[in-house]
Amino acid sequence: MACYSTRLRTRQTYSWVGKPLLNPKLHYHSYKEMSVKIEGGLTEIHIQVGQFVLIEGDDDENPYVAKLVELFEDDSEPHSKKRARVQWFIRFCEVPVSKRHLLGRKPAAQEIFWYDYPACNSNINAETIIGRVQVVALGPDEVIPMDLKNEETLFVKLSWNEKTFRPLSSELFAEFDKLRECSPRCQKPVGAKTKAVRSPSWTRAEHDIKRIESRHSTSKSRPTPSHPATPRAKKRLELSALKTPQKTGEIHSSCARNDKKASPDCQRILRTRVPALNTMEIIEERTLKPIYRGWPSSVVPSVILTPKNIKKREAEEPEAQDETTSTSHRIRRKSSFLTLNRIRQQLRFLGNSISNQEEDEFLPAAEISDSSSEEEETSTPPLRGRTSSRVSRDPSSSMKSSLQTPSKTPKKTPKPHTPRHATPQIRSRNLAAQEPASVLEEARLRLHVSAVPESLPCREQEFQNIYNFVESKLLDHTGGCMYISGVPGTGKTATVHEVIRCLQQAAKANDVPPFQYIEVNGMKLTEPHQVYVQILQKLTGQKATANHAAELLAKRFLTQRSSQETTVLLVDELDLLWTQKQDVMYNLFDWPTHKEARLVVLTIANTMDLPERIMMNRVSSRLGLTRMSFQPYTHSQLQQILISRLKNIKAFEDDAIQLVARKVAALSGDARRCLDICRRATEICEFSCRKPDSPGLVTIAHLLQAVDEMFSSSYITAIKNSSVLEQSFLRAILAEFRRSGLEEATFQQVYSQHVALCRMEGLPYPTMSETMAVCSNLGSCHLLLVEPSRNDLLLRVRLNVSQDDVLYALKE
Amino acid sequence: MSSRKSKSNNVIHAEYLSQVQRILQVQYKHLIELLKRTAIYGESNSVLIIGPRGSGKTMLINHALKELMEVEEVSENVLQVHLNGLLQINDKIALKEITRQLNLENVVGDKVFGSFAENLSFLLEALKKGDRSSSCPVIFILDEFDLFTHHKNQTLLYNLFDISQSAQTPLAVIGLTCRLDILELLEKRVKSRFSHRQIHLMNSFGFPQYLKIFKEQLSLPAEFPDKLFSEKWNENVQCLMEDRSVREVLQKHFNVSKNLRSLHMLLMLALNRVTASHPFMTAADLMEANQLCSMDSKANIVHGLSVLEICLIIAMKHLNDIYEEEPFNFQMVYNEFQKFVQRKAHSVYNFEKPVVMKAAFFYAQQLPACLQEMDAGQFPPQMATCIHLQVLKWRGGIILIQIFLTS
Repeated sequence: MACYSTRLRTRQTYSWVGKPLLNPKLHYHSYKEMSVKIEGGLTEIHIQVGQFVLIEGDDDENPYVAKLVELFEDDSEPHSKKRARVQWFIRFCEVPVSKRHLLGRKPAAQEIFWYDYPACNSNINAETIIGRVQVVALGPDEVIPMDLKNEETLFVKLSWNEKTFRPLSSELFAEFDKLRECSPRCQKPVGAKTKAVRSPSWTRAEHDIKRIESRHSTSKSRPTPSHPATPRAKKRLELSALKTPQKTGEIHSSCARNDKKASPDCQRILRTRVPALNTMEIIEERTLKPIYRGWPSSVVPSVILTPKNIKKREAEEPEAQDETTSTSHRIRRKSSFLTLNRIRQQLRFLGNSISNQEEDEFLPAAEISDSSSEEEETSTPPLRGRTSSRVSRDPSSSMKSSLQTPSKTPKKTPKPHTPRHATPQIRSRNLAAQEPASVLEEARLRLHVSAVPESLPCREQEFQNIYNFVESKLLDHTGGCMYISGVPGTGKTATVHEVIRCLQQAAKANDVPPFQYIEVNGMKLTEPHQVYVQILQKLTGQKATANHAAELLAKRFLTQRSSQETTVLLVDELDLLWTQKQDVMYNLFDWPTHKEARLVVLTIANTMDLPERIMMNRVSSRLGLTRMSFQPYTHSQLQQILISRLKNIKAFEDDAIQLVARKVAALSGDARRCLDICRRATEICEFSCRKPDSPGLVTIAHLLQAVDEMFSSSYITAIKNSSVLEQSFLRAILAEFRRSGLEEATFQQVYSQHVALCRMEGLPYPTMSETMAVCSNLGSCHLLLVEPSRNDLLLRVRLNVSQDDVLYALKE
Repeated sequence: MSSRKSKSNNVIHAEYLSQVQRILQVQYKHLIELLKRTAIYGESNSVLIIGPRGSGKTMLINHALKELMEVEEVSENVLQVHLNGLLQINDKIALKEITRQLNLENVVGDKVFGSFAENLSFLLEALKKGDRSSSCPVIFILDEFDLFTHHKNQTLLYNLFDISQSAQTPLAVIGLTCRLDILELLEKRVKSRFSHRQIHLMNSFGFPQYLKIFKEQLSLPAEFPDKLFSEKWNENVQCLMEDRSVREVLQKHFNVSKNLRSLHMLLMLALNRVTASHPFMTAADLMEANQLCSMDSKANIVHGLSVLEICLIIAMKHLNDIYEEEPFNFQMVYNEFQKFVQRKAHSVYNFEKPVVMKAAFFYAQQLPACLQEMDAGQFPPQMATCIHLQVLKWRGGIILIQIFLTS
């Protein structure tokens, strides 16, 4: 048995063999051969272009199969410069469940399909290649040999283009043919329907199969732990890969409801059809006595068997892939050799007995599969198959399954279709962010508002109240509303998040019933009615227009549902959901009052009297009287917050912390402000003491400077630094105000004062144009308020600063 | 020689860049440290750069970004988004622009340019995905920041500041504005999320420094190819700086505005007089340039008037004095004119009424300020088109007058 454990934590070194061939068009070096050396081991495997390889995937027992088209070095890739271009093959288990029936027969255990889907990413990391494998092409009327001694051989008979299974095209077959050295029969690929071979024969028919290449290589490349983002091979059709074809009928219906409910049996059965992975020892044994396996002489295929359009396909690969992050996927590694055998037998047994029913069930399944695939798309949030460093070869999921008649020629170049519900992402940084080095930097990191503290000090009471409220609703299976108010920066949202986090932990521990948590923010909506769309999308993943979403939500909350789970909805910045008819607010508060809804609504806004001020009676009455108000932090609370954040770091003098807490408490009680000031103070401290070894503590002086920077009015400095004429114009305004006793004057009046002042001070006579320019300069800074779009004598001028401030600034 | 001239103009620009560091040293350091922390440590920040027009806000940020991008590991890591309040006049346009500049539209093809709501949630989703250590930091530069505060609900600013205050993709939001009261324009929940860092650029230099800047602007650098000429030129500049009349001109200019941009304007006008036959700038050039710069547009209008028109204006001035800025009609002006002609009885010819009306009419039309309110067809005397007139100053025989017509 040819199995090998990919679990072995050996490191493999991949190196090129032979001289690089410079590809003039693409500006990179390509290679003909690659060698894989296992660290510490003796084995060294050579893989050449044109050979068939296994590629590391999510499922260890089912590594991906592909044909190596090209090996090259790409410097633009951050993690792995060794790249390979492959032509994929697909296993039956990787075909989406909803489309498996299109095959119309039971697949053989070692059957794979030529994957004719250009949108699939064919550029992979060469270091994900596990080893070689043997692939044999069969004509349409040949029967796949069963229970061959050699488990390593895989058979290609049909191609799969995400829509239909079709026989291998003649060009393809010709390529396979070239590789076949000793074939007595020449297979002409006829466009025969696959139905002709539908009934699989389970006999061990001997076939003249062509064997191309058979030495198996060692296990896989395991990324080193120092590279957290090292890509792993990953296929996208994981979900569908969990279902056996034998059970399609049943599974379709279940997966229509929930994809995750695929029974564990299915998973196990599934794995069986795969050439399994063995331990290292077995491999080496094999390499010692290859004849035992009955391997043919290894024939190295010299012809690349990809269709011509592969080049075009590469070109079409969207570049956007480079921008996405590579998330490492934990690969489940379970290869148990014994169970495999047992399950394989079981599978065959099942396959024979069910094969008849199967056909009957295919049609209804097809209908369901549409909706289920829809759900699958929407419910899988992470970006799939867009990372170039990850091996992915799945096509866009939005492809509808269609029962097209198989056409002989594959489509040339379909447009790469991106998944409909892909989540965009800012590209990841090439260089890891530096970690803070000094005490001050560490302090600054912790003082950043975004840093999430382990606990929320000073809000224990509020936390307890909200927790009790939500918990009681969860336990009672009822709904309710709560209104939380408080000025900005008093920890409203943070407290609610903390409550939800605790409740989710409690739900995991089965202390409270499980619940669904949804959060919307009024400020993150363009329009109040969009709230329906957001809620619906987060609740079910559906997309709908605002009106439709409102209907769907009403239906969901107002009618009896079978599987009841309480929904906790957090509505932040509630005041922005105000509309003329207040229908949005009305609905939000009306739904919880229904027994079936099981909806708990927590609303947050800044003003305490919002319900009285802007809500109609019927809305505010539904909101109820469960209210909570977050008071601004007092100075001792702010101090406590700062101390708890700076735990174990000695960066601040105690007096300094107290000072900033008192300053902020006196001004606003906004915790964000407090943190920002401290952060700025650490910077000032760093600037001021340039000695690298002794960073020093942040003193009161530093903090005072930071407070000054943030809170001092800039008007006075602006006036002090303005030009002579600007200052005299301000004086003229003051004089004119004093003369007329009004707080407003026309430009003409000020101008005459200005001229008189200039004469007194011995300044040259100011012309109208100059003075007008001075006036508009001051106006653009908003030191003066001037009428917009007026530039004449009757322009009205007002001061935007208090007269005392101007006098004070001009005195010095 | 013209090529030489343009070279020295280029030099002016380059010189100015280096001045940023010297004149705005403190602010520059603050900004560059802040940007570096975002780029290297992935720390989110927000800052406002406030200063009057022409104080070097854009220059400062451009210079800082340029220096930042010279560091190799930073330039690969940082994304920049430049927005301008005058171009992105609402959040919808701004969002599209952001998506375009972040190259996100590639990711989902046609999906980005959907509805406004979709755009917003799309972008927020994109930015929410990241975290401090792994995502590429994005630097948002919002020029004319005050205009963004007029957007509906300040949604864009709220979201930008909110992301910069939460553990999502690291953002540096840098706003440039000339309004000193910018913080009062922010809604309170937006204001709370803003870090309140402000960098003020105030043109805080005095006249000696202004002179130094003047000298530096004009001096040719050492690497100028024609050594001999550059030496002579620099000597000449040194002489100019010590010249009394030049100092007077500069002092006057400095008094009006400390704006370095207006100094450039003045120097540019003076420099344009340099030719092959006149290779060095003189004090006279500078004075002439100053005259061009500080010309009073209102006085210029009065210069070209005919005798009749001046008489009419004087008549209007009398009326204006008598009735204290009350409006008056053509008949009143004509009567006043008649009185004037009869009383003095000197050389002014007594024009016919239609001629006078025509003169008044044309004069009124010449003044651009009047045009918008004038309707040529409705100017008969009985129509009582009111002529509002102010005589501003009697000085050196030139009457500075401005006429306003209000219908």
